[in-house]
Amino acid sequence: MINKFSTSIKEIIATIFDGATVMIGGFGEAGSPIELIHALIDHGAKNLTIINNNTGSGQVGLAALIANGQVSKMICSFPRTANSTVFPELYRAKKIALELVPQGTLAERIRAGGAGIPAFYTATSVGTPLANGKEIRTFEQTDYVMERGLIADFALIKAHSADRYGNLTYHETARNFAPIMAMAANKTLVQAQHPVEAGDINPESVITPGIFVDHIVTVSLPQQESVLVAQGRTYP
Amino acid sequence: MTINDEKIADKDMIDKKATGWDREQMAERAAQDIPDGAYVNLGIGMPEKVARYVPKGREFIYHTENGLLGMGPSPDKDHISLDLINAGKKPVTAIPGAAYFHHADSFAMIRGRHIDICVLGAMQVSETGDLANWSTGAEGAIPAVGGAMDLVAGVKTIFVMTQHTTKEGQAKLLKKCHYPLTGPKVVNRIYTNLCVIEVTENGFELIELAPNVDFDYVAAHTEAELIDSRTQTLPLTTCHSDPLHHTGSQS
Repeated sequence: MINKFSTSIKEIIATIFDGATVMIGGFGEAGSPIELIHALIDHGAKNLTIINNNTGSGQVGLAALIANGQVSKMICSFPRTANSTVFPELYRAKKIALELVPQGTLAERIRAGGAGIPAFYTATSVGTPLANGKEIRTFEQTDYVMERGLIADFALIKAHSADRYGNLTYHETARNFAPIMAMAANKTLVQAQHPVEAGDINPESVITPGIFVDHIVTVSLPQQESVLVAQGRTYP
Repeated sequence: MTINDEKIADKDMIDKKATGWDREQMAERAAQDIPDGAYVNLGIGMPEKVARYVPKGREFIYHTENGLLGMGPSPDKDHISLDLINAGKKPVTAIPGAAYFHHADSFAMIRGRHIDICVLGAMQVSETGDLANWSTGAEGAIPAVGGAMDLVAGVKTIFVMTQHTTKEGQAKLLKKCHYPLTGPKVVNRIYTNLCVIEVTENGFELIELAPNVDFDYVAAHTEAELIDSRTQTLPLTTCHSDPLHHTGSQS
């Protein structure tokens, strides 16, 4: 019987190896799989390349993973936010690498990677420093820059409901990068708030079909990054 | 996208010698040029104020690029959801009839030329419509771009809202931008505290002055040449529906 639910966060995170590329869902704290990130801190895999829109805030979640010295490179569109100090300090000290990508190009690179498309052309960033060194091609008198699809060894994402086949739904704008990261990763690890029976999610309403999901753990009451930051919490 | 915009807006101070419009009036003026039924993306900061001034009888649909079409106003404190936020990561609401979607779909709306109008802040704009609003290129700064480059490359019409000069009184409307570009030849119209400017193949064409502001004063605070086009009524560039053609007024 197929059952993608696991009772152990530790077990599903344990397969993440040193040097892995890991996509982490979330736009700011909305959709951030904070329990999975904290389990990755406990696990201790190092030299990771992390793909996320931001770089976390405070001393919890993604910011704590970076502060713990586990991340050698960030691929993101907006590496500074309110309460974001960990990444800027390490970046200025040249202790972490940054690949800055326009937000829509980042999303499309992930979508393309998940769809088996190695590269594509886009008008975004043409004529700016972010197109430097990249191939430019002209279609219908307009210039486009070539961008590469992105794939990852793992994706860590947060869902609202999940069934044993891995079908997922999301909550409000917490959906953001999760469905495309699930497609672009070799192994997709999910923390879901509500485990449901197969069939409880109307097939018309499935957002991520189970084929893109490998392991699910239930986290009924996920912590909220902004609440932890406001409390001055740190992890570990 | 750009938290940049907020910071830019915060740095901007109204020129004391010629106050012209305040920020609310700038937003109100820009809103008048958005047609009924438009799909609109508002940058973080001053452009967000445009939503307060929807002209009577018109309906705009707001897109926020983190994944919501049909964004409503801020919630009261008892109805905040940490999962329901805008591109500036602030709590918002969803109107009846709203839709959620993932990031690739959201940026397909932008990059696929489905969004009609975007209102953005600016650090510098050139007379050819080049926009710089994401980085000063300063050494040691943490570069952050967000969705700004996607918006200017893909949205049909780009409005800029900005103070006419920096708080030090330096021109922001230039012959050529000094800062790294967000996009070349992308700005269609500029709303400042002093005037409204249409960016055309001729350069900056001033089409309206704020009350009690004179043309020579504005020209003196604009580095590029300023053409007085107040007598002619330029058609609005909004909502052209040519999906493949760049709608910058230069093309």
